[in-house]
Amino acid sequence: MITTDLSMALPEIFLACSATVLLMYGAYAGNKTAGFVSALSVAVIAVAFGLIFFGGQKQGVAFGGLFVVDAYANYMKLVALTASGFGILMTQRFVEREGMARFEIPVLMVLATLGMMMMISSNDLMSLYVGLELQSLALYVIAAIRRENLRSSEAGLKYFVLGALSSGMLLYGCSMVYGFTGTTDFDTLGTVISGLAAGNESPQVGLVVGLVFVCAAIAFKISAVPFHMWTPDVYEGAPTPVTAFFASAPKVAAIALFARLLSDPFGSLVAEWQQIIVFVALASMILGSLAAIKQTNIKRLMAYSSIGNIGYALVGLAAGTQAGVEGLVIYMTIYIFMNMGTFACILSMRQKGNMVEGIDDLKGLSKTSPAMALALTIFMFSMAGIPPLAGFFAKYVVFAAAVDAGLTTLAVIGILTSVIGAFYYLRIIKVMYFDEPSGSFDKPIGAEMTLVLTVTTAFIVFFILFSSPIMDGAAVAASSLFAG
Amino acid sequence: MQDHILSIVTFAPLLGALIILLIRGDSEEAVAKNSRWVALWVSGVTFAVSLLLWTNFERGTAEFQFVEEVEWMPSLGLSYRMGVDGISVLFVLLSTLLTPICIISSWGAVNKRVKEYMVSFLILETMMVGMFCALDIVVFYIFFEGVLIPMFLIIGVWGGARRVYAAFKLFLYTLAGSVLMLVAILAMYSFAGTTDITTLMTTTFPSEMQKWLWIAFFASFAVKVPMWPVHTWLPDAHVEAPTAGSVILAGVLLKMGAYGFLRFSLPMMPEASVYFTPLVYTLSVVAVIYTSLVALAQEDMKKLIAYSSVAHMGYVTIGIFAANQQGIEGAIYQMLSHGVVSAALFLCVGVVYDRMHTRMIAAYGGVVDKMPVYALMFMVFMLASVGLPGTGGFVGEFLVLVGAFKANTLVAALAATGMVLGAAYMLYLYRKVIFGKLEKDDVKALLDLNWREKAVFAPLIVLTLWMGIYPPSFLDIMSASVSNLITNYETAIAASNAAPMFAQVFGQ
Repeated sequence: MITTDLSMALPEIFLACSATVLLMYGAYAGNKTAGFVSALSVAVIAVAFGLIFFGGQKQGVAFGGLFVVDAYANYMKLVALTASGFGILMTQRFVEREGMARFEIPVLMVLATLGMMMMISSNDLMSLYVGLELQSLALYVIAAIRRENLRSSEAGLKYFVLGALSSGMLLYGCSMVYGFTGTTDFDTLGTVISGLAAGNESPQVGLVVGLVFVCAAIAFKISAVPFHMWTPDVYEGAPTPVTAFFASAPKVAAIALFARLLSDPFGSLVAEWQQIIVFVALASMILGSLAAIKQTNIKRLMAYSSIGNIGYALVGLAAGTQAGVEGLVIYMTIYIFMNMGTFACILSMRQKGNMVEGIDDLKGLSKTSPAMALALTIFMFSMAGIPPLAGFFAKYVVFAAAVDAGLTTLAVIGILTSVIGAFYYLRIIKVMYFDEPSGSFDKPIGAEMTLVLTVTTAFIVFFILFSSPIMDGAAVAASSLFAG
Repeated sequence: MQDHILSIVTFAPLLGALIILLIRGDSEEAVAKNSRWVALWVSGVTFAVSLLLWTNFERGTAEFQFVEEVEWMPSLGLSYRMGVDGISVLFVLLSTLLTPICIISSWGAVNKRVKEYMVSFLILETMMVGMFCALDIVVFYIFFEGVLIPMFLIIGVWGGARRVYAAFKLFLYTLAGSVLMLVAILAMYSFAGTTDITTLMTTTFPSEMQKWLWIAFFASFAVKVPMWPVHTWLPDAHVEAPTAGSVILAGVLLKMGAYGFLRFSLPMMPEASVYFTPLVYTLSVVAVIYTSLVALAQEDMKKLIAYSSVAHMGYVTIGIFAANQQGIEGAIYQMLSHGVVSAALFLCVGVVYDRMHTRMIAAYGGVVDKMPVYALMFMVFMLASVGLPGTGGFVGEFLVLVGAFKANTLVAALAATGMVLGAAYMLYLYRKVIFGKLEKDDVKALLDLNWREKAVFAPLIVLTLWMGIYPPSFLDIMSASVSNLITNYETAIAASNAAPMFAQVFGQ
């Protein structure tokens, strides 16, 4: 029934139509309306959020099995939409100040969000690829949006070349999988592969090679080691709000897709992919914590921090269990709040009208802007995983799943890297609290920044008290993924 | 109120911290003044409420009392469970007593960012009290780790010249130990399906698993105690911390590790505890003798007392792993008396440091002529630290040595040499600082204790003497819990074929 299919994809259809309308409006009304388009984009994201949150859509597959709506998809879409909403909200003031306000930026972000939602809901290798490309193409443009700036163009180009490479790998992997199983549909794939397992047959080499290629491609998208090289350069080169956006929403979508792909169609091949994920998780955690130590640019530091964080999230996936996916889901939720909060602080780092990005520029912040220093301190302690902040629970759930699945060594090494990671997070706190101020940041930081900072700080601090919506939501989401 | 007394005592300081955060004022001066008073009132009231624990605590039972339980994160199996028994209740009181003392002692000594300072101290109090009350292992861990945040800031912001180094060292050492404990906690949860401490105490873990769990817990607690050779963060932290920070560090934070051994290692991993007892003995004896010798060579007063703390905590760990009534009671007693005495000693150093701004022993001499009252107070605490009969220090050390003697004569004999060395370095410190010729000009200008400082020392003196003269007041509280712990421990060992490491080698 086409009407049922359409109603199930209502949030996506709404986003697509809205993006088109906004694009038309911007194109005719010109760049002076960029602020208005941006505000409307946030509203569009909010409406899409509401459609999912209150929609109570029918769950199941639609469009001939290409598209799936389940509790997992809905939960992850809400997380991705939250991240996008924050991201667009924080962009406008920055681009106006830097004289690069263009109405295309928010529209492209909405389009990227649409791609993410497609990725999360994809139930077929084809729709997966379409969603991924929609998201990536929009992001390539945003990364290079400051085309007169050498670093921004470089970032965009790097992101594009490496992104295209990973897309190629993904397609290659998909074609291998298709060649050896004869299907691209997740449900049929699952049946074929579990049939192999049931018949005690080992999977064909080609299928495993395809799986490895798909894993590598997605590892590119989530910037997991060893496919992380683009991350620091792109993060540093791209305009800061774009970096904030990159570090959150696309990561959520890609890792959601990853978890669905590995647990659902490839669930029976857990022995094959578990070792890949364990390695990638370990390497990401180790590199993320060690390489960040020497950084002096806070955006580069956040790039390595995000690599490390993806490593921790993957620990949950490596467990290969429902509890593991639940941990991953909780981890990503908490991560986007910590990440968005930190970037809100970074976006407020302006001295005499110029953006600054050095860690040393934070010197003595506790004296010049006590509230912002306190917020950033909370994010840093939370990222370091110190209780009672939310970051501790994020680490707790993924490591609990890993230990429960018998991956004790992974848990021990992972958690020791978090101690190394604590060193560089503490360094930021040290600069803010222990050093004398060298100059103060421009004030006020803007109402929307204050809003983002308040919301994210409150989330991180009070998570310990009001965690049940997220915990319960994640539990339902994970169980829906493992129900089939 | 009876039902929620532990939560009240735990979270009242946090509430106070929030109130202080909201203080606004015209001048920095006014904000500082208000913050000090709010902090003092809050911690004072908390202490007063916590005295109800002392009066209403039922002696003679090993059950957990004042128990509270609220479901908290059901999907992770976590509940908010609080309760105290004879082992933990006195530490709660020690924490609530020392916090107001710290706040009074920083009254004039801390002048910059007073508001943040008081907030840190009140949050620290919440974490400490909560840790001793927690009956859920994850809740315990949250408080145990949470202590690091305020402590890091206290040392880093208000500390001495090398404060950044000291703060990082404290944080990273402790964190590295603790995260291993976290993995062990997760493994225990995975095995037993609960994080309830009382249930875990009755769970029998497989003996191979016990050893790994024990090592992970040991990594955390040994750093916290601190045991040789992972004690090196302590002298740095003590030297750089502001006086009140040192007081809390020596008074309460060092007890967290030893408390952990009593609460987790012995009851939950009895076989592994037996197995690793020789290791603990060795490290403790080294700590007692080696750090006492190191203390003898110090030129900085705070460093000397810091090393003496390591030596004193060596007694505690010997007492705990002697695992008999005298040993464990002695260990707890030693912790309490050390909590009072070393806190007081750091305050003594703080008094002269505030006046002269140096901690070098050589900068002093003949202080008794100018500060007779101070000299008297210092003497009491110095002798208590040495373990003179009539002070709390004697009871603890004596019980530990008796317990150790029953368990292992050699260990007792070696540990006893620490008492001699302890007397040597403390008397050396006292002679150099208090006696001698009054020659230095700035020492000549010293003023004796003011009323505020006397008010700080008075309760500590009373406690030191009370603990020395009438120990039953305190031993009665702990004895039932301790004997219950030992009974369970011995039953568990008898049911298994536990043997100490290298038993075959030494043919024990």
